[in-house]
Amino acid sequence: MIRLPFVLLFSAFLFSAGVYGVLARRNAVMVLMAIELMLNAVNVNLVAFSSSLHDVGGQIFALFVIAVAAAEVGIGLAIVILLFRNRASINVDEVNLLKW
Amino acid sequence: MTAQEYAFAVIAAVGSISAIAVVTARNVVHAALYLVVALLSVGATFLLLGAEFAGWVQILIYVGAIVILFLFGLMLTKAPIGRDTLDNTHRWVGLLVAAGVFAGLAFLIQDAFPLDAEPFEVFHGSTSVVGESMFRDFVLPFEAISFLLLAALIGAIVLARKDEGN
Repeated sequence: MIRLPFVLLFSAFLFSAGVYGVLARRNAVMVLMAIELMLNAVNVNLVAFSSSLHDVGGQIFALFVIAVAAAEVGIGLAIVILLFRNRASINVDEVNLLKW
Repeated sequence: MTAQEYAFAVIAAVGSISAIAVVTARNVVHAALYLVVALLSVGATFLLLGAEFAGWVQILIYVGAIVILFLFGLMLTKAPIGRDTLDNTHRWVGLLVAAGVFAGLAFLIQDAFPLDAEPFEVFHGSTSVVGESMFRDFVLPFEAISFLLLAALIGAIVLARKDEGN
């Protein structure tokens, strides 16, 4: 027995912390960590609605989001390592080759 | 307040504090370790909501694999320690945007789901229920996600490999 809005507020807080991390961090790995927080907030919402609506579909989509997050971290860290090899820095505000 | 709500309050408090610590820590390794606590509290929330398979997958995949990947990433890219080198100069704008997002979401949530609503009976989606539904109703998305993982595996190897030719 649990009230749905409590869980949704926790999820909203995790998402906002992730938004702050993405906007305020310079280190690319820290930006990826903040993105993980946002994806986790999505998963909390999916599982909470799955539990309250008594439908297992939300849980399954949470599992899919976890798989996508794992793929995203693998590719993201490969890109970060490539960036470090080429620029000797992973500060996202110093990577401005495509900025006009 | 029911017993589950008290347990959830503790889990949510720990998770929220460690989420703040992840995005404000001055040491990158400390941030990764705070991320472990935040992900564990999300996994505990899943278990509390009756999603046992999602909860254990969360703990195994996130805490066991993704955080290790992050730690490897941090080790391979030596990052300076300290607030000025980790945060950019638009920190306050970011804080403003994040506070605005939270305020908007909180308003919408309490508008759609009143805080004094009836607590719901937790649905126990056991592993067998999840497996049956996944391989009966969600076979095509499952195959798509398998293909995505394969593509990500190959892509990560191609990207991170050292070019031997030049």
